[in-house]
Parts: sequence; C-alpha cells; structure tokens
Amino acid sequence: MPRDFLQGVQSEYDVVVIGSGLAGLTCANTLGRAGYSVLLVEQHYKLGGMATWFKRPGGHIFDISLHGFPVGMIKSCRRYWTREIADSIIQLKNIRFDNPMFSLTTTFDREDFTRLLTERFQLEPSTVHEFFDHVRSMNFYDDQATTTRQLFDRFFPGREDVIRLLMEPITYANGSTLEDPALSYGIVFSNFMSKGVFTFEGGTDRLIGLMQKDLVKNGVDPRIRCNAENIMVHRGQVTGVQVNGRMIRTRAVVSNANLKSTILNLVGQEHLDRGFVNETSAVRLNNSSTQVYMALKEDERIDESTGDLLFSSTAPLFRTDALLSRDVTSRTYSFYYPRTRPTGRPRCLVVSSTNANYSDWAGLSSEDYEASKKDLVETTLVAIEKYLPNLRDRLDHVEAATPLTFKHYTRHVHGSSFGTKFEGLAVSRSLPEQVRGLFHAGSVGIIMSGWLGAINYGVIVANGVDAMLSKVETQSSDVANLVTEV
Amino acid sequence: MTLAEIREEIIDILHDIAPDEDLSELKDDVDFREQLELDSMDFLDIVMELRKRHRVQIPEEDYGELASMHRTVTYLEPLLKDVARVS
Ligand SMILES: Cc1cc2nc3c(=O)[nH]c(=O)nc-3n(C[C@H](O)[C@H](O)[C@H](O)COP(=O)(O)OP(=O)(O)OC[C@H]3O[C@@H](n4cnc5c(N)ncnc54)[C@H](O)[C@@H]3O)c2cc1C
Repeated sequence: MPRDFLQGVQSEYDVVVIGSGLAGLTCANTLGRAGYSVLLVEQHYKLGGMATWFKRPGGHIFDISLHGFPVGMIKSCRRYWTREIADSIIQLKNIRFDNPMFSLTTTFDREDFTRLLTERFQLEPSTVHEFFDHVRSMNFYDDQATTTRQLFDRFFPGREDVIRLLMEPITYANGSTLEDPALSYGIVFSNFMSKGVFTFEGGTDRLIGLMQKDLVKNGVDPRIRCNAENIMVHRGQVTGVQVNGRMIRTRAVVSNANLKSTILNLVGQEHLDRGFVNETSAVRLNNSSTQVYMALKEDERIDESTGDLLFSSTAPLFRTDALLSRDVTSRTYSFYYPRTRPTGRPRCLVVSSTNANYSDWAGLSSEDYEASKKDLVETTLVAIEKYLPNLRDRLDHVEAATPLTFKHYTRHVHGSSFGTKFEGLAVSRSLPEQVRGLFHAGSVGIIMSGWLGAINYGVIVANGVDAMLSKVETQSSDVANLVTEV
Repeated sequence: MTLAEIREEIIDILHDIAPDEDLSELKDDVDFREQLELDSMDFLDIVMELRKRHRVQIPEEDYGELASMHRTVTYLEPLLKDVARVS
C-alpha cells in the first residue's frame, strides 16, 4: 500500500496553506504563532519551493535561489522567524560586472554606487543623489504609468552604460524589464542599495530546516508529498481543500501555488465573477530561468578574488530580449566557497544562471531537449573559461536545469521564476473579495517576489487572514452574548 | 483606555518593533516616518499587535491614520475607550 502522507491529520483546521514556498511558510508560521490551527500541504518531497537545494555524490550541495537578497531579510527573519535565522544572514561583499562596456567590482550599495557613478561614469553628484532619493521614495501604490526606461531617460539620457549598471542585476533578481513600471524596479533596487547583497550562512538546506523546526514549535502541521487538488467553495465561502483525494475542512485557505493556477484551476471558475476570471487570465507571468551547476573536485579551490556574484555579458548593449534569448550572451555566476557552509564539508561550487523563456524549451522532442541541455552545459563551460581557466578539468560534477525543471518542481505555470508582472498583485489582493476565506500569498507583482518579497507578502496575507478569522470570532461571540442577554 | 494610556501602549509596541530607536524624544505631531526608520511592514506589525492585544480591527484603508502619534491616538480613542490596558 502506498504510504499515507496525511496520516494523523485532523479533519478540520482554521487555516490550510497550500504550498511551502517562503510566502507559504511565513504565512503559516505567523498564523500558527497567533494561535490558529494550521495545516501546510506541499506537493514536492521537500519544503521551500524555489528556496531549495540538491545534493550530489562527493559532498556537493547546490543552492538554486541563494544568490543574494537585500538587508531587509535580517529584520523580517528576526520578527517572523527566529533570532538564529536572522543571525545567520551575512553580506556578500564582492559583486562584479564584466561586459563590453565596463568591468568593475562593487559592494553594491548606495555609497559605493555613488562613488562609481560620479568618479567612473562621470555623472553629476546632484543627479546621482536625486536619482537615489527618487527611487527610494517609491511606493507600490504610486504612479504605474512611468516605465523603467522612462525613469532612466529622465535621469541619465543616452547613458546606455549607466542603465546597464543599474538595471542588469535587477533584471536577474526579479525578471523586470525596461518596459515594466518604474516603481517595480525602484523598490527592489533601493532595497538592495540600502546595505548591499546578503546571503544565508549554512545554505538553503539549513534555512529551511530551521524554519521547519520553528513551524512545528508554533503548532503548524507541515506535510510533504501532499498535493492540493481542489479548493472547495460553497456559497461564496471556502469550506475545505481536497488533498491527496481526502477532504479537509477549513475556514480559510491561503494558496502559495501560482496565482493563475490557484484561481483558474484549484478554485473553479463557476465560483468567480467573469470579469475577475478574465482579469486573471490576462495577468502576464515573469520569465523562467536556466541554470548550470558545477561542483569542483574536493581538493580544488576557487580564488576568493573571483567574487561572490558576477554579472557577465558579451552583448554590446543591455537589452531585455537578448537576456532571454536561447542564444545566451549574459550569465550571472554565483561562486560558493567553503564559507557558505562553514560546518559542512569544504567544497567550491559555481552556479551559472540565465533568464529564459519557457516557450523556447517546451516544444522540443526529448532528443532535442537533451541536446539543448548538453549545449547549455557546453557553452557555459566555454564562457566561464575567461574567469576560471580549465574549470572543465577541475570539475567533479556538472548538470543543467531548464524552465521545464522549474515547472516540474514547483508547478509554476511556464516555470515562472519570479511570479507575475505588476498586475498580478491587484488580482492576488482582491481574491478574498471573490471568495470569502480564500487568500493568495506568493510571488506576484515583481515587488512581492524574491526571498524577501515572498516572506513579507506571507506576513501581509497572514494579517488579512487573522483579521477575517478574528472578526468571525468577535461576531460569533457577539451573537452568543445576544443570545444569553435574551 | 485614556488618551495617555493609548499613547503609552503605542510606545510599548514601537519598542518591540524598533528596539534600536530612542523614543523618548518622539514628537507627537510629526509623522513617525520622519523621526523613525519605519517601513510599511512596521506599520503592519503595529496593526497586527493592536489586533492581538485588544482585538481592534483596523481596515486597510485606515492604515494612513497611523501616520503620527497624535493621529494614531485620536483614531484609536473611540475604538479603545471601553478596553482596559493589558500590559
Ligand atoms: C533560478 C532562480 C534564482 C533565484 N534567485 C533568487 C535570489 O538570488 N534571491 C532572491 O531573493 N530570490 C531569488 N529567486 C526568487 C525566489 O526564489 C522566489 O521568488 C521565492 O522563493 C518564491 O517564493 P513563493 O513563496 O512565491 O513560492 P514558491 O517558491 O514558488 O513555492 C510555491 C510552492 O507551492 C507548491 N505547490 C504548488 N501547487 C501546489 C499544490 N497544488 N499543492 C501543494 N503544493 C503546491 C510548490 O511545490 C512550491 O513548493 C530565484 C528564483 C529562481 C527560479
């Protein structure tokens, strides 16, 4: 008989959270801590969603999405998780750029960027200050008509080199382009500029392990290999979730699954307004990714001067379509040293990432797909020669992931790496108005994606759930009072 | 709670949210954001804490009422007048 991953589960919970990405985990933890009974179901065999890792023989552990996040993670982890998690966040100080326009190294914060922009790119200090102050003051409810391209044209007209320095890393961080609303760029850029780029010491495996411990401590029941098949709705109100064929009753559901599949597949369109369904269908997804994972032999080392993150490109100009093209010209390399996992076995690894379109990979025959993956590995090994000569001969292991891989593990429509474009945020926020008790928390709107965005959005949604559930309680105790008074 | 008690309660919550800030010099009629390093998540934490402590519901469209100490206290007064201070 197959193992029952729902063994011992209750028949009813205050809240069921579908999906254990960082938004789902944080939402579940916040609600568990507030005293609600919470069931967390994850279809994969690990918690974490995109915040994940995998092991290969020889003591190698690859991180998928641990390339860097803003300093705000420290505060969010301290407040919504634990001190131990917050205290493990450390800065990556060596961020490099190498492209036909410039090669430089930076700490990627406002101070160092001001130095670079004024000294090296010869911009007026007042323009640079004004730009930083302007982007820092951006809010998500501000004007959305201005695009990032217009923002740059206003401050740095004709300066393709400056645009590249300012934009390329953010395109890698959240898939945003020059055509997206300027505020989705400005908010994320400012978050990084406040103190630089940070990482988690001990790796993603340690982070998720610590989170799982805290979840259980706070009374959340996390279950892996549990697929949510249906969200049950009766008279405009959530009543339960069907998980691995079993019905679990609940007063509230938070879906951390992809926004579009939550609404269009898990709920069922008959429970929703036509207009809302259309609005959801029209939400655009962000791009997907490819990655090449390279593990060095156990006695091989990478020199620290190679840097932590390297934005490399051979394209003459920065262009969004070139970044997404199968004909890869731009790659971001993350270099992992033994200090990434100080208590683990000392290893050096490299992960090369590119942005990619799902459609370029989806229609291939299995032979073509395998050949394309092989080609991705080959071309990456050639490109990296410039920074790590003879790397090929020093490797223990190499493999690739494509948009299909990301889709397979997270069920994201089109393997989207960073959720939806800006309009997805409004759809996600208004879901509870469509179905009482139904919420969505997960990468949307560009600004609510990435590790920090996902964690914070999980808290924002937990606040909405708590408001709804506690209102219901107040109301029912009011009713109880009335009854006793009469 | 009296106005003074509500103020004290808010100071208490701010201490938890921004442990590194000196709140003794806080000016009531100046926006929090101009005096303290608070971001939108901090305001959300204030809302969640008030709900936890006193079961007050602050609808999202009213979050702007929490901009300064004076506005916060004025806004909360009718909601908290029958509530006893807990901490
Ligand atoms: C290659 C790559 C590199 C990245 N690098 C960075 C980086 O350096 N820094 C950074 O901050 N961010 C990075 N990101 C983005 C970041 O990882 C994500 O934005 C974030 O982790 C997403 O969290 P989430 O909560 O939205 O959910 P996700 O991580 O998308 O998780 C959703 C979860 O829901 C589960 N699920 C879906 N459907 C069901 C169902 N029906 N039943 C049960 N479970 C279900 C999935 O299995 C998954 O676990 C990167 C992303 C990628 C792909």
